Amino acid sequence: MADSAGGHPGTGRSAPPGPGTPREALAATLTGFARTLRAAGVGADHERTQSFLAALGHLDAARERDVYWAGRLTLCAVPGDIPRYDRCFAAYFSGLRPRPDRAATSVTVTRPTALPYGAEPEGTGEAGALPATASRIEVLRHRDVARMSEAERREVGALLALLDGARERRRSRRFRPAARGRLDGRRTVREAVRHGGDPARLLLRAHRDRPRRVVMAVDVSGSMAAYSDTLLRFAHALVRAQPAATEVFSAGTRLTRITAELRHRDPDRAMAACSAAIPDWSGGTRLGEEIKELLRLPDPRGAIVVIASDGWERGPAELLGAQMARLSRTAHRVIWVNPHKGDPEYRPLTAGIRAALPYVSDFVAGHSLAAFEDLAALLAGARARGPEGGGADA
Amino acid sequence: MPDIDSPATLAELLDHHDYLADEGLATAAYLAVRMGRPLFLEGEAGVGKTELAKTLAAILGAPLIRLQCYEGLDAAQALYDWDFARQLLHLKAAEAAGAADAGALEGEIYDRRFLIARPLLRALETQPSVLLVDEVDRADDEFEAFLLEVLSDFTITIPELGTISAVTPPVVVVTSNRTREVHDALKRRCLYHWLEHPGFDLEVAILLRRLPGCTERLASDVARAAGRLRAADLVKPPGIAETLDWAEALLTLGAAELNPDLAAVTLGAVLKYREDQETVRARRLLAAPAAPVRDSSDGTRGRG
Repeated sequence: MADSAGGHPGTGRSAPPGPGTPREALAATLTGFARTLRAAGVGADHERTQSFLAALGHLDAARERDVYWAGRLTLCAVPGDIPRYDRCFAAYFSGLRPRPDRAATSVTVTRPTALPYGAEPEGTGEAGALPATASRIEVLRHRDVARMSEAERREVGALLALLDGARERRRSRRFRPAARGRLDGRRTVREAVRHGGDPARLLLRAHRDRPRRVVMAVDVSGSMAAYSDTLLRFAHALVRAQPAATEVFSAGTRLTRITAELRHRDPDRAMAACSAAIPDWSGGTRLGEEIKELLRLPDPRGAIVVIASDGWERGPAELLGAQMARLSRTAHRVIWVNPHKGDPEYRPLTAGIRAALPYVSDFVAGHSLAAFEDLAALLAGARARGPEGGGADA
Repeated sequence: MPDIDSPATLAELLDHHDYLADEGLATAAYLAVRMGRPLFLEGEAGVGKTELAKTLAAILGAPLIRLQCYEGLDAAQALYDWDFARQLLHLKAAEAAGAADAGALEGEIYDRRFLIARPLLRALETQPSVLLVDEVDRADDEFEAFLLEVLSDFTITIPELGTISAVTPPVVVVTSNRTREVHDALKRRCLYHWLEHPGFDLEVAILLRRLPGCTERLASDVARAAGRLRAADLVKPPGIAETLDWAEALLTLGAAELNPDLAAVTLGAVLKYREDQETVRARRLLAAPAAPVRDSSDGTRGRG
């Protein structure tokens, strides 16, 4: 209601002069406006622009408010478009040169992955691309990605892309023909007609099954920097395998949906798109708030929720605990992936992880290729073995 | 059908039917009616999305046909189904009468009278009508595909029967609570409107309009408290539907104003989650006499 009023110039005059008749001039002005919106990241394509012009045909094009609403109703598609639209509208129709949009132009594709090239910690002797022999891969499988060289990590990334994306199944409400099940009236009648009207054979149907949805949140805060790239690559493999049944979010100081970015076929391009989309790399984490948001946003009902984080929670631990409790009641299963768990010395001592653990069905490591393979098997329907998780909640 | 020639006229008509719409929503509904385009309404639960469709139906004097979406909703539930029990009966009867020609039988069986029209087909066949596709985000992507087909050219193709199309397309309102992102292809067929919680003045006006016994004092108390609850970051911030319930509950108790005691006993009318009730009690959000509240929460919520 009040959101749109702010940015308005208040003048009713139309914008920059165009060529030809007033009608053409108007169309030129409005398509120019749509172009400005596209530059600002609003999906105002040709088809939508046509709708915009058609809508304005039913309204008063000389009235600024009518132009505003006709555009907003036809050119915007998600709530996030609306503030951008307001900004562009104010700028464009007050005759200013539209500001280049921040989100669209500041694509500095620097991935904050672990360590800069060449600064390998001790214990990583080999450098450069070595041939991927079976025994080398076997060694690589169990190594902690945080202690790898850039080349090795790239190799693991390539192997992650090949990960089996099989998914646990759940019963769908839809039906398929089956040998056992309920009566399928439609097919039975069809069959009866074919045989002269006698429903001699009763055909049956049963529920189909579908892949169970996975909702994954990847912590991209500073303390997870060594692992977030690998985790996102794992998420990419999940999205590629089951595009319709996977949602991925980055979790830093806020939750950002990155599923669309991860749909790129090429892992590196997907990572670049993520870098551009995630506004809070290497900040802190407010997991409690984010899980709350997660509960509201993608509706985790019936889904497997994967939270990849070390549990260094900046917000209050009680909030995290309370939200995890809700999550465990709503989701089908909650899996917590903590890369540090791969360390035999690791004990879940941080307040965040202690608050969360009682509500987690599986608590697994995510530090090496082998750990990711285990996680993938878990998502494919394997049962948990970890004793720490305890799976119990009230 | 009344003559609707501008958003302002429509706003007035909505007002006559006790639905108070702001300029944006009135323009959205006006364009939906005039352009024959579906209106895609998104917003938190309880901001009046469904109610708009009902009111539009009342204004246009058209029946409201409602399709409530859920996971697994399929063509047999949304479009049409064959009444196979009657079809079988007909087959048996034909057999008894000695008819044997399979081709003729098939023609008889797949006739319009054996077709059960589900909401989408019914909306195309009823003129005029208002079609409400409620909570489309709850349905799955397979449903979106055939909804898109229907909303693109307002026709339904039945393999056994042929194509059924609407002479005048129904007015369509599609609502979503945004628990899931709906496919862009569907959205681009529609006019898109994001519906916010009403501001303080509008909410008071709605309360007074909808509840005849409500005093201005009670209405502004309730609206102010609701604004405060919405700013409190709850699991489920109350929508206008909850505010109405709450005011009605207070009225039933004979209240003329909202005080902490009354708020405590009627809290269940406005907050439906135990966590939220606890938060409100712990932070004593409704304990103090209602102070003016700023409408600051609305703009920040719901951005993906």
